[in-house]
Amino acid sequence: MWEFLTSQMGVSIMLAAVVFGVMQGVVAYSIYFERKIAAWIQDRCGPNRVGPFGLLQPIADGVKFIFKEDVIPGHVDKVLFVLAPTMMFIIAFIGLAAIPWGGQWLVDGKLVNIQVSNPDIGLLYLLGVGGMGVYGVVLGGWASNNKYSFYGAIRATAQMLSYEIPMGLCIVIVVLTMGSLRLEEIILPQTAYWSGAIPKWNIFLHPLVFLILFITMLAEANRAPFDLAEAEQELVGGFHTEYSALKFGMFFLGEYAHMITASAFISVMFLGGWHLPWLPWAQPEATSFAAVIVKMLVLGGKIAGFLFLMMWIRWTLPRFRFDQLMRLAWLGLIPMTLGLFMITVGLLYFGLHRSWAWTCGGDTVVLVLTLMYVAVSRREVSGRTPGMNVIGVGTAAG
Amino acid sequence: MTAETLQPYVAIGATVLIVTGAAIAFLLVAHLIGPKRHGPVKDSTYESGMPVITDARRRFNVKFYIVAMLFILFDVEIVFMWPWAMLYYEAATAGATIPLQNGTMVGKEFLIVGMGIFFALLLFGLVYELGKGALKWD
Repeated sequence: MWEFLTSQMGVSIMLAAVVFGVMQGVVAYSIYFERKIAAWIQDRCGPNRVGPFGLLQPIADGVKFIFKEDVIPGHVDKVLFVLAPTMMFIIAFIGLAAIPWGGQWLVDGKLVNIQVSNPDIGLLYLLGVGGMGVYGVVLGGWASNNKYSFYGAIRATAQMLSYEIPMGLCIVIVVLTMGSLRLEEIILPQTAYWSGAIPKWNIFLHPLVFLILFITMLAEANRAPFDLAEAEQELVGGFHTEYSALKFGMFFLGEYAHMITASAFISVMFLGGWHLPWLPWAQPEATSFAAVIVKMLVLGGKIAGFLFLMMWIRWTLPRFRFDQLMRLAWLGLIPMTLGLFMITVGLLYFGLHRSWAWTCGGDTVVLVLTLMYVAVSRREVSGRTPGMNVIGVGTAAG
Repeated sequence: MTAETLQPYVAIGATVLIVTGAAIAFLLVAHLIGPKRHGPVKDSTYESGMPVITDARRRFNVKFYIVAMLFILFDVEIVFMWPWAMLYYEAATAGATIPLQNGTMVGKEFLIVGMGIFFALLLFGLVYELGKGALKWD
Protein backbone atom coordinates (compact mmCIF):
# COMPACT_ATOMS: atom_id res chain seq x y z
CA MET A 1 0.00 0.00 0.00
CA TRP A 2 2.79 2.42 0.99
CA GLU A 3 4.50 1.43 -2.26
CA PHE A 4 1.52 2.59 -4.32
CA LEU A 5 0.83 5.68 -2.23
CA THR A 6 4.36 6.97 -2.73
CA SER A 7 4.47 6.17 -6.46
CA GLN A 8 3.74 8.99 -8.90
CA MET A 9 0.29 7.60 -9.67
CA GLY A 10 -0.68 7.27 -6.01
CA VAL A 11 0.49 10.79 -5.23
CA SER A 12 -1.36 12.10 -8.30
CA ILE A 13 -4.68 10.53 -7.33
CA MET A 14 -4.40 11.54 -3.67
CA LEU A 15 -3.43 15.06 -4.68
CA ALA A 16 -6.34 15.26 -7.13
CA ALA A 17 -8.79 14.32 -4.36
CA VAL A 18 -7.16 16.61 -1.77
CA VAL A 19 -6.94 19.58 -4.15
CA PHE A 20 -10.58 19.16 -5.12
CA GLY A 21 -11.69 18.91 -1.51
CA VAL A 22 -9.56 21.81 -0.29
CA MET A 23 -10.65 23.93 -3.25
CA GLN A 24 -14.31 23.56 -2.25
CA GLY A 25 -13.47 25.15 1.07
CA VAL A 26 -11.14 27.75 -0.41
CA VAL A 27 -13.73 28.77 -2.99
CA ALA A 28 -16.46 29.01 -0.35
CA TYR A 29 -14.27 31.16 1.86
CA SER A 30 -13.07 33.32 -1.04
CA ILE A 31 -16.74 34.25 -1.50
CA TYR A 32 -16.81 35.21 2.19
CA PHE A 33 -13.64 37.26 1.79
CA GLU A 34 -14.98 38.89 -1.35
CA ARG A 35 -17.96 40.11 0.68
CA LYS A 36 -15.77 41.19 3.59
CA ILE A 37 -13.39 43.07 1.29
CA ALA A 38 -16.33 44.70 -0.50
CA ALA A 39 -17.65 45.79 2.87
CA TRP A 40 -14.26 47.07 3.95
CA ILE A 41 -13.81 49.08 0.74
CA GLN A 42 -17.33 50.52 0.97
CA ASP A 43 -17.06 51.17 4.72
CA ARG A 44 -19.72 48.66 5.73
CA CYS A 45 -19.65 45.68 8.12
CA GLY A 46 -20.19 42.83 5.69
CA PRO A 47 -21.40 39.39 6.80
CA ASN A 48 -21.21 39.25 10.61
CA ARG A 49 -24.33 37.39 11.81
CA VAL A 50 -23.42 33.71 11.32
CA GLY A 51 -20.73 32.70 13.79
CA PRO A 52 -17.86 34.91 15.00
CA PHE A 53 -17.11 37.61 12.38
CA GLY A 54 -19.58 35.82 10.10
CA LEU A 55 -17.06 33.04 9.57
CA LEU A 56 -19.75 30.37 9.25
CA GLN A 57 -21.49 32.30 6.46
CA PRO A 58 -20.17 30.06 3.61
CA ILE A 59 -21.50 26.96 5.41
CA ALA A 60 -24.89 28.59 5.90
CA ASP A 61 -24.89 29.55 2.20
CA GLY A 62 -24.03 25.99 1.20
CA VAL A 63 -26.82 24.52 3.32
CA LYS A 64 -29.24 27.03 1.86
CA PHE A 65 -28.19 26.14 -1.69
CA ILE A 66 -29.01 22.50 -0.97
CA PHE A 67 -32.37 23.02 0.75
CA LYS A 68 -33.79 25.54 -1.74
CA GLU A 69 -36.06 24.47 -4.53
CA ASP A 70 -34.19 23.50 -7.69
CA VAL A 71 -36.53 25.14 -10.19
CA ILE A 72 -36.42 23.95 -13.78
CA PRO A 73 -38.87 26.32 -15.52
CA GLY A 74 -41.20 24.94 -18.14
CA HIS A 75 -39.84 26.86 -21.12
CA VAL A 76 -36.18 25.74 -20.98
CA ASP A 77 -34.27 23.08 -22.85
CA LYS A 78 -33.98 20.65 -19.93
CA VAL A 79 -30.90 18.65 -20.97
CA LEU A 80 -28.77 21.69 -21.77
CA PHE A 81 -30.15 23.52 -18.74
CA VAL A 82 -28.76 20.82 -16.43
CA LEU A 83 -25.61 20.31 -18.49
CA ALA A 84 -24.50 23.98 -18.41
CA PRO A 85 -23.70 24.36 -14.66
CA THR A 86 -22.23 20.84 -14.63
CA MET A 87 -19.82 21.72 -17.43
CA MET A 88 -18.93 25.06 -15.86
CA PHE A 89 -18.11 23.29 -12.59
CA ILE A 90 -16.14 20.40 -14.14
CA ILE A 91 -14.09 22.62 -16.46
CA ALA A 92 -13.23 25.10 -13.72
CA PHE A 93 -11.85 22.35 -11.48
CA ILE A 94 -9.99 20.12 -13.96
CA GLY A 95 -7.71 23.02 -14.87
CA LEU A 96 -6.13 22.67 -11.42
CA ALA A 97 -4.72 19.26 -12.42
CA ALA A 98 -1.77 20.74 -14.28
CA ILE A 99 -0.67 23.23 -11.61
CA PRO A 100 2.67 22.29 -9.96
CA TRP A 101 1.82 22.76 -6.30
CA GLY A 102 5.01 21.89 -4.49
CA GLY A 103 7.97 20.93 -6.65
CA GLN A 104 9.34 17.45 -5.96
CA TRP A 105 9.19 15.18 -2.92
CA LEU A 106 12.03 12.73 -2.15
CA VAL A 107 10.41 9.61 -0.73
CA ASP A 108 12.09 6.19 -0.38
CA GLY A 109 14.96 7.35 -2.57
CA LYS A 110 12.84 8.46 -5.55
CA LEU A 111 11.54 11.87 -6.58
CA VAL A 112 7.80 12.32 -6.95
CA ASN A 113 6.21 15.38 -8.57
CA ILE A 114 3.74 17.16 -6.32
CA GLN A 115 1.51 17.76 -9.30
CA VAL A 116 -1.55 15.80 -10.35
CA SER A 117 -0.41 15.62 -13.93
CA ASN A 118 2.81 16.71 -15.59
CA PRO A 119 2.19 16.22 -19.33
CA ASP A 120 4.62 17.47 -22.00
CA ILE A 121 1.92 19.89 -23.09
CA GLY A 122 0.85 21.29 -19.71
CA LEU A 123 0.44 24.82 -21.08
CA LEU A 124 -1.57 23.64 -24.07
CA TYR A 125 -3.80 21.64 -21.70
CA LEU A 126 -4.46 24.70 -19.54
CA LEU A 127 -5.18 26.85 -22.61
CA GLY A 128 -7.60 24.21 -23.90
CA VAL A 129 -9.40 23.89 -20.57
CA GLY A 130 -9.59 27.68 -20.32
CA GLY A 131 -11.07 27.84 -23.81
CA MET A 132 -13.76 25.31 -22.87
CA GLY A 133 -14.92 27.64 -20.07
CA VAL A 134 -17.13 29.42 -22.59
CA TYR A 135 -19.34 26.35 -23.07
CA GLY A 136 -20.95 26.55 -19.64
CA VAL A 137 -21.86 30.18 -20.23
CA VAL A 138 -23.18 29.82 -23.76
CA LEU A 139 -25.15 26.64 -23.01
CA GLY A 140 -26.66 28.19 -19.87
CA GLY A 141 -27.75 31.30 -21.78
CA TRP A 142 -29.14 29.39 -24.72
CA ALA A 143 -30.95 26.73 -22.68
CA SER A 144 -32.66 29.29 -20.42
CA ASN A 145 -34.73 30.68 -23.29
CA ASN A 146 -34.77 34.02 -21.53
CA LYS A 147 -33.75 37.25 -23.21
CA TYR A 148 -31.55 38.42 -20.34
CA SER A 149 -29.76 35.07 -20.26
CA PHE A 150 -29.39 35.02 -24.00
CA TYR A 151 -27.90 38.50 -24.28
CA GLY A 152 -25.63 37.82 -21.31
CA ALA A 153 -24.43 34.64 -22.94
CA ILE A 154 -23.66 36.11 -26.36
CA ARG A 155 -21.88 39.04 -24.74
CA ALA A 156 -19.83 36.70 -22.59
CA THR A 157 -19.03 34.51 -25.57
CA ALA A 158 -17.79 37.39 -27.70
CA GLN A 159 -15.76 38.69 -24.76
CA MET A 160 -14.14 35.40 -23.84
CA LEU A 161 -13.33 34.62 -27.47
CA SER A 162 -11.78 38.05 -28.07
CA TYR A 163 -9.58 37.93 -24.98
CA GLU A 164 -8.40 34.41 -25.64
CA ILE A 165 -6.33 35.65 -28.59
CA PRO A 166 -4.04 38.03 -26.61
CA MET A 167 -3.89 35.41 -23.85
CA GLY A 168 -2.63 32.77 -26.29
CA LEU A 169 -0.07 35.22 -27.68
CA CYS A 170 1.17 36.12 -24.16
CA ILE A 171 1.68 32.43 -23.42
CA VAL A 172 3.57 31.98 -26.70
CA ILE A 173 5.88 34.82 -25.60
CA VAL A 174 6.58 32.99 -22.32
CA VAL A 175 7.21 29.77 -24.27
CA LEU A 176 9.70 31.65 -26.45
CA THR A 177 11.47 32.88 -23.30
CA MET A 178 11.45 29.63 -21.35
CA GLY A 179 11.55 27.03 -24.14
CA SER A 180 9.20 24.53 -22.53
CA LEU A 181 5.51 23.70 -22.35
CA ARG A 182 5.86 21.92 -19.00
CA LEU A 183 4.88 24.12 -16.08
CA GLU A 184 7.53 22.66 -13.79
CA GLU A 185 10.24 23.46 -16.36
CA ILE A 186 8.92 27.01 -16.63
CA ILE A 187 9.45 27.44 -12.87
CA LEU A 188 12.98 26.02 -12.69
CA PRO A 189 14.83 28.72 -14.72
CA GLN A 190 12.99 31.32 -12.63
CA THR A 191 14.65 30.07 -9.43
CA ALA A 192 18.08 31.46 -10.44
CA TYR A 193 19.25 34.95 -9.43
CA TRP A 194 20.60 38.04 -11.15
CA SER A 195 23.82 39.15 -9.48
CA GLY A 196 22.94 36.84 -6.61
CA ALA A 197 20.07 38.98 -5.38
CA ILE A 198 17.06 39.42 -7.64
CA PRO A 199 15.19 36.24 -8.60
CA LYS A 200 14.89 35.66 -12.36
CA TRP A 201 11.10 35.77 -12.30
CA ASN A 202 9.52 36.39 -15.67
CA ILE A 203 7.71 39.46 -14.36
CA PHE A 204 11.05 41.30 -14.36
CA LEU A 205 11.75 40.16 -17.93
CA HIS A 206 8.36 41.02 -19.39
CA PRO A 207 6.34 43.31 -17.11
CA LEU A 208 4.05 44.39 -19.94
CA VAL A 209 3.27 40.81 -20.94
CA PHE A 210 2.45 40.08 -17.30
CA LEU A 211 0.06 43.01 -17.20
CA ILE A 212 -1.68 42.02 -20.45
CA LEU A 213 -1.97 38.41 -19.31
CA PHE A 214 -3.51 39.55 -16.04
CA ILE A 215 -6.05 41.71 -17.90
CA THR A 216 -7.01 38.84 -20.20
CA MET A 217 -7.32 36.53 -17.18
CA LEU A 218 -9.79 38.96 -15.61
CA ALA A 219 -11.77 38.96 -18.85
CA GLU A 220 -11.67 35.18 -19.17
CA ALA A 221 -12.94 34.75 -15.62
CA ASN A 222 -15.75 37.29 -16.27
CA ARG A 223 -14.51 39.44 -13.41
CA ALA A 224 -15.08 43.17 -13.08
CA PRO A 225 -14.39 45.40 -14.97
CA PHE A 226 -15.20 42.76 -17.59
CA ASP A 227 -18.35 41.33 -15.99
CA LEU A 228 -20.75 42.42 -18.72
CA ALA A 229 -22.20 38.95 -18.87
CA GLU A 230 -23.87 39.51 -15.54
CA ALA A 231 -24.30 43.28 -15.51
CA GLU A 232 -27.10 43.43 -12.94
CA GLN A 233 -28.48 46.80 -13.97
CA GLU A 234 -29.03 45.74 -17.58
CA LEU A 235 -29.29 41.97 -17.60
CA VAL A 236 -30.47 40.94 -14.12
CA GLY A 237 -28.22 37.91 -13.55
CA GLY A 238 -27.04 37.48 -17.14
CA PHE A 239 -26.64 33.89 -18.21
CA HIS A 240 -27.66 32.49 -14.81
CA THR A 241 -30.90 34.49 -14.42
CA GLU A 242 -33.08 31.35 -14.56
CA TYR A 243 -30.90 29.24 -12.27
CA SER A 244 -31.60 28.57 -8.63
CA ALA A 245 -30.43 26.41 -5.72
CA LEU A 246 -27.35 24.27 -6.21
CA LYS A 247 -27.23 24.82 -9.99
CA PHE A 248 -26.68 28.51 -9.33
CA GLY A 249 -24.20 27.47 -6.63
CA MET A 250 -22.27 25.44 -9.17
CA PHE A 251 -22.01 28.44 -11.50
CA PHE A 252 -20.77 30.45 -8.54
CA LEU A 253 -18.22 27.84 -7.45
CA GLY A 254 -17.10 27.49 -11.06
CA GLU A 255 -16.49 31.22 -11.38
CA TYR A 256 -14.35 31.37 -8.24
CA ALA A 257 -12.50 28.16 -9.10
CA HIS A 258 -11.72 29.72 -12.47
CA MET A 259 -10.24 32.74 -10.66
CA ILE A 260 -8.07 30.47 -8.51
CA THR A 261 -6.85 28.48 -11.52
CA ALA A 262 -6.04 31.70 -13.34
CA SER A 263 -4.15 33.08 -10.30
CA ALA A 264 -2.16 29.86 -9.88
CA PHE A 265 -1.35 29.84 -13.59
CA ILE A 266 -0.14 33.43 -13.70
CA SER A 267 1.92 32.85 -10.51
CA VAL A 268 3.64 29.91 -12.19
CA MET A 269 4.20 31.78 -15.44
CA PHE A 270 5.47 35.06 -14.04
CA LEU A 271 6.16 34.87 -10.32
CA GLY A 272 8.18 31.66 -10.07
CA GLY A 273 5.34 29.47 -8.78
CA TRP A 274 6.41 27.97 -5.45
CA HIS A 275 9.77 29.76 -5.47
CA LEU A 276 10.54 32.44 -2.90
CA PRO A 277 14.02 33.96 -2.74
CA TRP A 278 16.11 33.35 0.40
CA LEU A 279 13.66 30.84 1.91
CA PRO A 280 15.66 27.58 2.02
CA TRP A 281 12.53 25.37 1.85
CA ALA A 282 11.22 27.10 -1.25
CA GLN A 283 14.20 26.24 -3.47
CA PRO A 284 14.29 23.50 -6.13
CA GLU A 285 16.96 21.56 -4.17
CA ALA A 286 14.75 21.20 -1.08
CA THR A 287 12.74 17.99 -1.48
CA SER A 288 11.74 17.05 2.08
CA PHE A 289 8.09 16.81 3.09
CA ALA A 290 8.38 20.05 5.07
CA ALA A 291 9.72 21.77 1.95
CA VAL A 292 6.73 20.54 -0.05
CA ILE A 293 4.35 22.04 2.53
CA VAL A 294 6.27 25.34 2.56
CA LYS A 295 6.20 25.48 -1.25
CA MET A 296 2.45 24.89 -1.26
CA LEU A 297 2.03 27.72 1.26
CA VAL A 298 4.18 30.04 -0.87
CA LEU A 299 2.12 29.33 -4.00
CA GLY A 300 -1.04 29.66 -1.90
CA GLY A 301 0.13 33.07 -0.70
CA LYS A 302 0.73 34.23 -4.27
CA ILE A 303 -2.73 32.98 -5.28
CA ALA A 304 -4.27 34.79 -2.30
CA GLY A 305 -2.49 37.97 -3.38
CA PHE A 306 -3.95 37.74 -6.88
CA LEU A 307 -7.42 37.00 -5.52
CA PHE A 308 -7.21 40.06 -3.30
CA LEU A 309 -6.09 42.14 -6.29
CA MET A 310 -9.05 40.89 -8.36
CA MET A 311 -11.50 41.74 -5.57
CA TRP A 312 -9.91 45.13 -5.06
CA ILE A 313 -10.23 45.85 -8.80
CA ARG A 314 -13.87 44.73 -8.77
CA TRP A 315 -14.81 47.30 -6.15
CA THR A 316 -12.64 50.05 -7.64
CA LEU A 317 -13.18 50.16 -11.40
CA PRO A 318 -16.48 50.74 -13.19
CA ARG A 319 -17.63 48.25 -15.79
CA PHE A 320 -16.66 48.64 -19.46
CA ARG A 321 -19.22 49.33 -22.12
CA PHE A 322 -19.43 46.58 -24.71
CA ASP A 323 -17.90 48.49 -27.63
CA GLN A 324 -15.06 49.70 -25.38
CA LEU A 325 -14.44 46.13 -24.32
CA MET A 326 -14.18 44.91 -27.89
CA ARG A 327 -11.98 47.85 -28.85
CA LEU A 328 -9.62 47.14 -25.97
CA ALA A 329 -9.17 43.57 -27.15
CA TRP A 330 -8.96 44.00 -30.92
CA LEU A 331 -7.37 47.45 -31.22
CA GLY A 332 -5.36 47.46 -27.99
CA LEU A 333 -4.23 44.14 -26.65
CA ILE A 334 -3.97 42.11 -29.87
CA PRO A 335 -1.72 44.58 -31.75
CA MET A 336 0.35 45.06 -28.57
CA THR A 337 0.88 41.35 -28.07
CA LEU A 338 1.64 40.89 -31.77
CA GLY A 339 4.35 43.56 -31.42
CA LEU A 340 5.72 41.94 -28.28
CA PHE A 341 5.76 38.59 -30.07
CA MET A 342 7.79 40.06 -32.94
CA ILE A 343 10.27 41.63 -30.55
CA THR A 344 10.67 38.41 -28.57
CA VAL A 345 11.27 36.41 -31.75
CA GLY A 346 13.91 38.93 -32.80
CA LEU A 347 15.65 38.82 -29.41
CA LEU A 348 15.62 35.03 -29.39
CA TYR A 349 17.36 35.05 -32.79
CA PHE A 350 20.32 36.80 -31.18
CA GLY A 351 20.05 34.77 -27.96
CA LEU A 352 18.99 37.81 -25.92
CA HIS A 353 15.62 36.41 -24.83
CA ARG A 354 16.59 36.24 -21.16
CA SER A 355 18.65 39.42 -20.92
CA TRP A 356 16.79 41.83 -18.72
CA ALA A 357 17.76 45.07 -20.44
CA TRP A 358 16.68 43.89 -23.90
CA THR A 359 13.33 42.36 -22.98
CA CYS A 360 12.34 45.29 -20.78
CA GLY A 361 13.49 47.63 -23.54
CA GLY A 362 11.23 45.78 -25.98
CA ASP A 363 8.29 46.07 -23.61
CA THR A 364 8.94 49.78 -23.20
CA VAL A 365 9.10 50.32 -26.96
CA VAL A 366 5.71 48.63 -27.42
CA LEU A 367 4.17 50.59 -24.55
CA VAL A 368 5.53 53.92 -25.80
CA LEU A 369 4.35 53.24 -29.38
CA THR A 370 0.88 52.34 -28.10
CA LEU A 371 0.65 55.48 -25.98
CA MET A 372 1.93 57.57 -28.89
CA TYR A 373 -0.74 56.07 -31.17
CA VAL A 374 -3.39 56.86 -28.58
CA ALA A 375 -2.11 60.41 -28.20
CA VAL A 376 -1.77 61.07 -31.92
CA SER A 377 -5.03 59.50 -33.08
CA ARG A 378 -7.03 61.55 -30.52
CA ARG A 379 -10.11 59.37 -30.84
CA GLU A 380 -13.23 60.97 -29.58
CA VAL A 381 -14.83 59.26 -26.64
CA SER A 382 -17.69 57.49 -28.36
CA GLY A 383 -21.22 57.53 -27.00
CA ARG A 384 -20.79 60.89 -25.26
CA THR A 385 -23.45 63.37 -26.29
CA PRO A 386 -22.82 67.14 -26.24
CA GLY A 387 -23.82 68.68 -22.94
CA MET A 388 -23.57 65.36 -21.16
CA ASN A 389 -22.61 65.74 -17.53
CA VAL A 390 -19.26 64.04 -17.17
CA ILE A 391 -17.85 63.67 -13.67
CA GLY A 392 -15.04 66.14 -13.17
CA VAL A 393 -15.98 68.18 -16.23
CA GLY A 394 -19.51 69.44 -15.77
CA THR A 395 -21.18 70.43 -12.55
CA ALA A 396 -20.18 68.39 -9.56
CA ALA A 397 -23.26 66.19 -9.52
CA GLY A 398 -21.57 62.79 -9.87
CA MET B 1 3.48 4.34 -25.14
CA THR B 2 4.87 3.23 -21.81
CA ALA B 3 3.10 3.53 -18.47
CA GLU B 4 5.52 6.35 -17.67
CA THR B 5 4.46 8.54 -20.61
CA LEU B 6 0.77 7.74 -20.19
CA GLN B 7 0.75 8.52 -16.46
CA PRO B 8 -0.05 12.27 -16.79
CA TYR B 9 -3.06 11.55 -18.98
CA VAL B 10 -4.34 8.78 -16.69
CA ALA B 11 -4.02 11.26 -13.80
CA ILE B 12 -6.03 13.85 -15.74
CA GLY B 13 -8.63 11.17 -16.41
CA ALA B 14 -8.80 10.39 -12.68
CA THR B 15 -9.30 14.11 -11.91
CA VAL B 16 -12.09 14.36 -14.47
CA LEU B 17 -13.77 11.31 -12.88
CA ILE B 18 -13.53 12.75 -9.36
CA VAL B 19 -14.88 16.16 -10.41
CA THR B 20 -17.64 14.71 -12.61
CA GLY B 21 -18.70 12.36 -9.81
CA ALA B 22 -18.90 15.29 -7.40
CA ALA B 23 -20.90 17.36 -9.89
CA ILE B 24 -23.42 14.56 -10.45
CA ALA B 25 -23.67 14.00 -6.68
CA PHE B 26 -24.37 17.71 -6.18
CA LEU B 27 -27.15 17.66 -8.78
CA LEU B 28 -28.70 14.53 -7.26
CA VAL B 29 -28.57 15.89 -3.70
CA ALA B 30 -30.18 19.15 -4.75
CA HIS B 31 -32.82 17.26 -6.72
CA LEU B 32 -33.66 14.90 -3.84
CA ILE B 33 -33.61 17.34 -0.92
CA GLY B 34 -35.10 20.53 -2.32
CA PRO B 35 -38.90 20.98 -2.40
CA LYS B 36 -40.76 20.88 -5.71
CA ARG B 37 -43.73 23.18 -6.04
CA HIS B 38 -44.68 24.17 -9.55
CA GLY B 39 -46.97 26.94 -10.59
CA PRO B 40 -47.83 28.72 -13.85
CA VAL B 41 -46.11 31.93 -12.78
CA LYS B 42 -43.03 30.24 -11.36
CA ASP B 43 -42.59 28.16 -14.50
CA SER B 44 -42.71 31.17 -16.80
CA THR B 45 -39.73 33.18 -18.02
CA TYR B 46 -38.33 35.67 -15.52
CA GLU B 47 -38.02 38.96 -17.33
CA SER B 48 -38.43 41.40 -14.44
CA GLY B 49 -42.18 40.87 -14.28
CA MET B 50 -42.89 41.96 -17.84
CA PRO B 51 -45.28 39.71 -19.77
CA VAL B 52 -43.13 37.67 -22.15
CA ILE B 53 -43.74 38.76 -25.73
CA THR B 54 -41.55 36.50 -27.85
CA ASP B 55 -39.31 33.50 -27.57
CA ALA B 56 -35.71 34.42 -26.69
CA ARG B 57 -34.24 32.51 -29.65
CA ARG B 58 -34.68 35.28 -32.14
CA ARG B 59 -32.35 37.12 -34.46
CA PHE B 60 -29.41 38.85 -32.86
CA ASN B 61 -26.74 41.26 -34.03
CA VAL B 62 -24.53 39.74 -36.71
CA LYS B 63 -21.45 41.36 -35.11
CA PHE B 64 -21.31 38.55 -32.58
CA TYR B 65 -21.16 36.05 -35.41
CA ILE B 66 -18.35 38.00 -37.08
CA VAL B 67 -16.37 38.08 -33.83
CA ALA B 68 -16.75 34.32 -33.48
CA MET B 69 -15.56 33.78 -37.04
CA LEU B 70 -12.54 36.07 -36.65
CA PHE B 71 -11.72 34.33 -33.38
CA ILE B 72 -11.57 30.95 -35.09
CA LEU B 73 -9.19 32.29 -37.75
CA PHE B 74 -6.91 33.97 -35.21
CA ASP B 75 -6.94 31.18 -32.68
CA VAL B 76 -6.03 28.54 -35.23
CA GLU B 77 -3.17 30.76 -36.37
CA ILE B 78 -1.96 31.08 -32.78
CA VAL B 79 -2.16 27.33 -32.24
CA PHE B 80 0.16 27.01 -35.26
CA MET B 81 2.64 29.26 -33.48
CA TRP B 82 3.08 26.89 -30.52
CA PRO B 83 4.98 24.05 -32.24
CA TRP B 84 6.85 26.67 -34.24
CA ALA B 85 7.88 28.43 -31.01
CA MET B 86 9.27 25.20 -29.55
CA LEU B 87 11.23 24.37 -32.74
CA TYR B 88 12.51 27.91 -33.04
CA TYR B 89 13.64 27.94 -29.42
CA GLU B 90 15.63 24.75 -29.97
CA ALA B 91 17.10 26.12 -33.20
CA ALA B 92 18.02 29.52 -31.76
CA THR B 93 19.48 28.40 -28.42
CA ALA B 94 20.96 24.95 -29.12
CA GLY B 95 21.55 25.40 -32.87
CA ALA B 96 19.26 22.45 -33.64
CA THR B 97 18.37 21.83 -37.28
CA ILE B 98 15.11 20.52 -38.70
CA PRO B 99 14.93 18.21 -41.76
CA LEU B 100 12.68 19.32 -44.61
CA GLN B 101 10.85 16.84 -46.85
CA ASN B 102 13.67 16.73 -49.41
CA GLY B 103 16.26 16.03 -46.73
CA THR B 104 17.94 19.43 -46.44
CA MET B 105 18.56 20.60 -42.89
CA VAL B 106 17.37 24.09 -41.99
CA GLY B 107 18.10 26.25 -38.97
CA LYS B 108 16.72 29.34 -37.28
CA GLU B 109 17.09 31.54 -40.40
CA PHE B 110 14.59 29.40 -42.31
CA LEU B 111 12.20 29.32 -39.36
CA ILE B 112 12.22 33.09 -38.81
CA VAL B 113 11.62 33.79 -42.51
CA GLY B 114 8.75 31.31 -42.56
CA MET B 115 7.17 32.89 -39.52
CA GLY B 116 7.74 36.32 -41.05
CA ILE B 117 5.61 35.40 -44.08
CA PHE B 118 2.93 33.79 -41.90
CA PHE B 119 2.94 36.76 -39.56
CA ALA B 120 2.70 39.27 -42.42
CA LEU B 121 -0.43 37.49 -43.68
CA LEU B 122 -1.88 37.50 -40.15
CA LEU B 123 -1.17 41.20 -39.74
CA PHE B 124 -2.58 41.97 -43.19
CA GLY B 125 -5.74 40.11 -42.21
CA LEU B 126 -6.09 42.11 -39.00
CA VAL B 127 -5.54 45.44 -40.77
CA TYR B 128 -7.98 44.44 -43.55
CA GLU B 129 -10.74 43.49 -41.15
CA LEU B 130 -10.24 46.67 -39.13
CA GLY B 131 -10.35 48.67 -42.37
CA LYS B 132 -13.59 46.90 -43.37
CA GLY B 133 -15.09 48.01 -40.06
CA ALA B 134 -15.75 44.42 -38.98
CA LEU B 135 -15.06 45.40 -35.39
CA LYS B 136 -16.90 48.70 -35.22
CA TRP B 137 -19.60 48.49 -32.59
CA ASP B 138 -21.00 52.00 -32.47
